[in-house]
Amino acid sequence: MKYPKNGRFGEFGGKYIPETLVPAIEELEENYLKFKNDKKFKAELDYYLKVYAGRPTPLYYAKNLSEKIGGAKIYLKREDLLHGGAHKINNTLGQALLAKKMNKKRIIAETGAGQHGVATAMACAALGMKSEVYMGYRDTIRQKQNVLRMNMLGCKVHPVKSGSKTLKDAINEAIRDWITNVENTYYLLGSAVGPHPYPVMVRDFQSVIGNEIKSQMKKINNKTPDTVIACVGGGSNAIGTFYPLVDSNSEIIGVEAAGHGLKSKMHSATLSAGSKGVLHGMMTYLLQDKEGQVTETHSISAGLDYPGVGPEHSYYKDTKRVKYHSATDAEVIDAFLLLTRTEGIIPALESSHAIAEAVKVARKSKKSENIVVTLSGRGDKDIEEVQNYLNKHDKN
Amino acid sequence: MTRIKEKFAELKAKKEKALIAYIMAGFPNEKATISTVRGLVKGGADIIELGFPFSDPLADGPVIQNASTISLEKGTKIAKFFSLVKKIRKETDIPLILMTYTNILYHKGYAKFISEAKKAGIDGFILPDMSIEESKEYLQAAKNKADTIFLISPNTSNTRIQKISKASSGFLYLVAVFGTTGVKTGIKKYTLDAIKQVKKQTKGKIPVGIGFGVSTPEDVKKYIKAGADAVIVGSAYLKLIEKTPQTNLESKIASFTKSLKKQTIL
Repeated sequence: MKYPKNGRFGEFGGKYIPETLVPAIEELEENYLKFKNDKKFKAELDYYLKVYAGRPTPLYYAKNLSEKIGGAKIYLKREDLLHGGAHKINNTLGQALLAKKMNKKRIIAETGAGQHGVATAMACAALGMKSEVYMGYRDTIRQKQNVLRMNMLGCKVHPVKSGSKTLKDAINEAIRDWITNVENTYYLLGSAVGPHPYPVMVRDFQSVIGNEIKSQMKKINNKTPDTVIACVGGGSNAIGTFYPLVDSNSEIIGVEAAGHGLKSKMHSATLSAGSKGVLHGMMTYLLQDKEGQVTETHSISAGLDYPGVGPEHSYYKDTKRVKYHSATDAEVIDAFLLLTRTEGIIPALESSHAIAEAVKVARKSKKSENIVVTLSGRGDKDIEEVQNYLNKHDKN
Repeated sequence: MTRIKEKFAELKAKKEKALIAYIMAGFPNEKATISTVRGLVKGGADIIELGFPFSDPLADGPVIQNASTISLEKGTKIAKFFSLVKKIRKETDIPLILMTYTNILYHKGYAKFISEAKKAGIDGFILPDMSIEESKEYLQAAKNKADTIFLISPNTSNTRIQKISKASSGFLYLVAVFGTTGVKTGIKKYTLDAIKQVKKQTKGKIPVGIGFGVSTPEDVKKYIKAGADAVIVGSAYLKLIEKTPQTNLESKIASFTKSLKKQTIL
């Protein structure tokens, strides 16, 4: 869906927002529509993506991994090689540049694993803007390194102690700040979620991933990949990977966090186990109880620990264009170690969900087939978490 | 005519403005809610807004958010809430408004939720995250059943004020400040200007109530003087409930209410 009419992907999306935010959302949409096709804006963004962020990222053939599994060829889209170590910089550069054009002096953001917070802090520093980031208190503990990085970059981190103390609460707090300071503040949302136009805007800024995959695979194979796989929390790296390929013949798979298992209530697999609802300004699939209260989630990866999902993913689930599967924490740790030890690439725990699925798919596929996995980020931030898991499960 | 409309008509005849009190149902427990309602009625509140807790109350400040969390922890559920409303209805005819978030209604189904609420004795709804653009199904479900009270803000354009006031019934809820509930920033000139502007745009077709950060008799006096048809006091009530022993709750609420209500009599 190119630019969704009324901000709706089918029945999903929309603008469920307090009235105070309406002028800000209208101003944002107006400016986004103006600048998204503006040659100067595009050239400036391309410049930063190229010389600051490090685009294009390579499409790496994971030969050792593919041979070990013995099925299809697995390629990795190396978003982990971007400045900051994750795909998040594609979106933060886009939005920070837009905010600058809109003369916004103050930038706020939310973050789960901290990658979006770091990317926001970097983009703001590079463009000479100030940033403040809301982060769930639990996440500030498990992603200490990223808190330190944000501090070093001159960004103020607000730990959020309400609710489940994770990403959803950080979003609530960022929205509250935005309601209070709407006149001078730009809310730089980190995933393809929230009220329209955020889901479409973030998708567009992240579509650089899928567009590069398309042209890179064309050079290798003269066709689009047989299968593309990406992890889904809010789903920004996934929608950026999928969107340019939805009209192709490629099989598309999104992988959610099954945590301790889909029946355990300790997971974040919104599309696999959720129902329709309204949260954070959008109608989408949600993890909620029988009364419509949003439930607490779990994932070993802080970046996927979110009870909602981008509305465009909800649309692709219902139209069956994309398949949504899930991987448990245990499968994710296995995939993390497998990639680390076969290829010397330490993937983020978020991306390890996609690797776990790729292994399953590759095993069942022919050697002539190609799978592209978006490696959304690097795993340096997660090594302590992995070590703790291994100690706890006596797997050393 | 709904109870809310009747109340405004009655107040107009008496040359009074409305005092609307917001409390969170089930905070800190059901018994306290009943005592609070008795105190409100005794003290002369005109309308009561009953909050139904939501896990993610993004338009609310820390006081209501905390009350929401406690109410949920105490096991407030929809059926329990409706039975509480029925109990209140046995004692009083005061107009009751349900304030909650869109997902609570959407999840059950707008029509089903509104019918059940109406049956229990709810007269209207306030949903802070329901924008006018997304309200078609909700408005259809509420038609001839309950009042739909929409929020406007000091930065709402005149075109939107027109649009929103057409979809609203009962009254229009003007948010006094940029911020969440309970924010105390003092009375701003832009708020007083907004009251005048909204009154001008709506030409008396619908009453205009003002809420968010209204907590003292002085606040009430100033907003009424500026032309508001109603004032809504919320967080101040919750703070009082929190610090008052349950045995004194009814009388404490009644005397605070009296002090506020006095300022609405012209």
